Parts: sequence; C-alpha cells; structure tokens
Amino acid sequence: MSHVNKHFGDLHVLKDINLEVARGEVVVVIGPSGSGKSTLCRAINRLESIDDGEILIDGKRLPEEGAALARLRADVGMVFQSFNLFAHKSVLQNVTLGPMKVRGRSPGEAKERAMELLTRVGVANQAEKLPAQLSGGQQQRVAIARALAMEPKVMLFDEPTSALDPEMINEVLDTMVALAKQGMTMIVVTHEMGFARKAADRVVFMADGMIVEESTPEEFFTNPRSERAKDFLGKILGH
Amino acid sequence: MTDYLNDFASLFDQYDVLGAFWVNIQLTFLAAIGSMLLGSLVALMRISPIASLRLLGTGYVNLFRNTPLTIILVFLVLGVWSQLGINLSPDFNRNFFLYAVIGLSLYHAAFVCESIRSGVNTVPVGQAEAARAIGLSFLPAARLVIFPQALRGAITPLGNTLIALTKNTTVAAAASVTEISALMKTMIEFRPDVIIAVFLTVALGFVLLVVPVGLLTTWASRKLAVKR
Repeated sequence: MSHVNKHFGDLHVLKDINLEVARGEVVVVIGPSGSGKSTLCRAINRLESIDDGEILIDGKRLPEEGAALARLRADVGMVFQSFNLFAHKSVLQNVTLGPMKVRGRSPGEAKERAMELLTRVGVANQAEKLPAQLSGGQQQRVAIARALAMEPKVMLFDEPTSALDPEMINEVLDTMVALAKQGMTMIVVTHEMGFARKAADRVVFMADGMIVEESTPEEFFTNPRSERAKDFLGKILGH
Repeated sequence: MTDYLNDFASLFDQYDVLGAFWVNIQLTFLAAIGSMLLGSLVALMRISPIASLRLLGTGYVNLFRNTPLTIILVFLVLGVWSQLGINLSPDFNRNFFLYAVIGLSLYHAAFVCESIRSGVNTVPVGQAEAARAIGLSFLPAARLVIFPQALRGAITPLGNTLIALTKNTTVAAAASVTEISALMKTMIEFRPDVIIAVFLTVALGFVLLVVPVGLLTTWASRKLAVKR
C-alpha cells in the first residue's frame, strides 16, 4: 500500500501510510490505542474505505465495490477481535458457508475440508455446537478455521486475542504461530509482544496514524530507535 | 333472559356469522403473506448499499404508514376499480375481496418493513462484516446471515403487526367486502333487540382470533432467540 490516507471527520487516522508485505511474510503491527492500526488492518479488505492512496493485493488494485470487491475479500482472510461467528449457524456451518456459497464447493467437499481445518485448530469435537456454546478461545479458533477455509492469499488479524481471558490467549496464539510457520502471509494487529517475538518477520510500530518505526522483532524490542517506541515499550514491558 | 338467549341464538340462523368471520381469517392469512413478502423486499431496499433503492424504500414506508387504511382501500375500489376499470376477478365479490387483500398488504408491508428493520438492528454489525469478509456480496450476506437473525429478533414486532392486521381486516368493509364488521352493521340495523350481544359476539370472536397470535409470538421469540 502506498500513500494511504484516511479521515474520520476531522480526525486524520491514517497519515500517508506506505507498507509492503511480501508473500509468506508475517508482519506484526503494534502501537498504542487509537494509533490507527486496526483501521489499517480493516482498510486492507476495505471494511474501511480510504480517502486517497492505493492498496494493491497480489499486484491488483483494491476494487471499490460490487462483485470484484467480494471476490477480493474471499482471497483475504479476516479474524476479528470479537470473533463474529455467525450466531445462528453451527461451528461446522460457519466454516462451510464461504466455500459453498462463494467458492461453489459441494457440501461434501466443503464439510470434509472444514473438518480438517477444525481438527487443525483443535475444535473438531465442537463442530455441531452453536458458537455461543463455545469458550472465547474456541470461538476465535473457529473464526481462524472459517477464514482459512477460503484458502486466502493473506490473513488479517485485528487484535485477535484482545477480547479473550488470559488463559485462552495462548491457545489462539499457538494456532497463529503454527500458521505462520506454514508460510501463510499474515498481518497481525496485536498487543501480544510474545507473539511478535516468536512469529514475526517484521514489526511495524504505529502511533498517531503514522508508521513510526519498522524493524525486525529483536531489533525493535531490544533497540528501538524512536522516542515514541521507547516510551511505548517502556510502559508495556515495565511491569 | 331465556327469551333474550333464544333471540340471540336465532341471529345465527338468520345470518352467517361464522362465514363472515371466515372471510376475516382469509383476509388475514393472505394479506399476512402478501405484506410479509412485500415488507421484506422493502426492508431489503432500506438496508441496501444503493442509495436510490434506500430512498425508494423510505418513500414507500412513509407513504403507506402515514396514510389511513380506509383511504387506501377506498382509493383501490373507487379509484383503481371504478375509475380505471381494472377487474381482478370476473366474480363481483371476489374482485372486492382481492382488492382488500392488496390494500391490506400494501399498508401492512410498511409496518412489516419497519419490524424487520428493528430486527436487523438487533444483529451486531460484526456479523455483516464477517459475512463480507468471507466474500459474500450484499444479497447473499443478507439472505444467509443478516435476515435469518433479524427475523428472529423481529418476531415480537412482527406479531404486533399481525395482530393489527387481523383487526384491520374489518376495514375491508370499506371495500365492500362482506366480512364480520359489515355483517355487524347489518345485524345492528335489523336486529336491534340483541344489539349488545351482537357487539359482544364480534368482540369475543376477535379476542379468540388474536390471543393465540400473541401467545405464539411470545413463545416463538423466546424459543428462536439467537444465543450470543
């Protein structure tokens, strides 16, 4: 993405953002609340529109609306902070819906693939339950399986563990680390520094709508260059 | 007292009270289907991403919700049928009946639309975002994700609309349909001796029709509530 700008009213939430993510790369976006990192993540599959600049995925410019946009979103997996599983559908139906209705897979094929994915994220035994009957951690893993079922080119994670109890954070992070190791292209907005250290190829630090610093995890955590990043790390790592 | 009861009983020999109620039930049933289909369509327009459709939907609701039902029915009969000469059925009575169904459907569709829209508001915005994020465009997202949840959230207001519709079928008398209120007028005119009983019969008839609707919607709204 290059020269991306976005305003919410008077608030300039994304200021001239330039970011390139290579295939297979895991980029972790961190920063204080209100720094625009979630907005950045949501802009990539156009859940938020942008005022100017451009976003390219796989060399193609992000369509503005309609069928072309829907096709693009099918190629971009998204995991939300609040899971957003379809509340009226079973876990299995949550995962098969996209492949069947968007990709045109047969029910049998979709189900088989869904069970594989649910096994991979460790919730296959919950397949017939409704989302509300699962714990937060389980719901989030189902959400990851739902996104993976579309065979996305890139996965976006918008604070995937922020709504979880501390005990459940690890089960979700483990799933994400495994995914990163398998070579998935990932953009992860998170406050989990442990995950950034373990799985990230690159850390992007945002503050006040700008990318302040970009570097490898080791370098960022041990030797941050900007004052803003030092201040931020001091606050979160200090206790 | 016995005399009064005998007089009252003779009313049922003289007039087809049950038959008249049956007309109301038919009107309710058909207009419920009609208004549900049309109301869903208008609701879909009102939540669609296309501004001109939203405007059209809003216009529809404001026009029909704010027009008295009597005016709509009289317009259909005197304007569309009498003036424009459009016959819906070669049978004279059937023609009026069908006009009444259309009028009731047009009018209540506005309320059905608003009920569904209130149901849509019970669906968290994240559900729509998740649907879009897996690549569903507006119509499939609405059909597969939003509406199934919205309808469950709309059961109570839809039930209220159905109750209003049931009672509003009496306005079909204005479209010359011989339903129960039209018959009531006749009975009052020709059998003033049992006028109180006539009123009570009609009132009780509607209570019997409407109470189950209320019970059913309360039960269904609990049973079908989406667990979050």
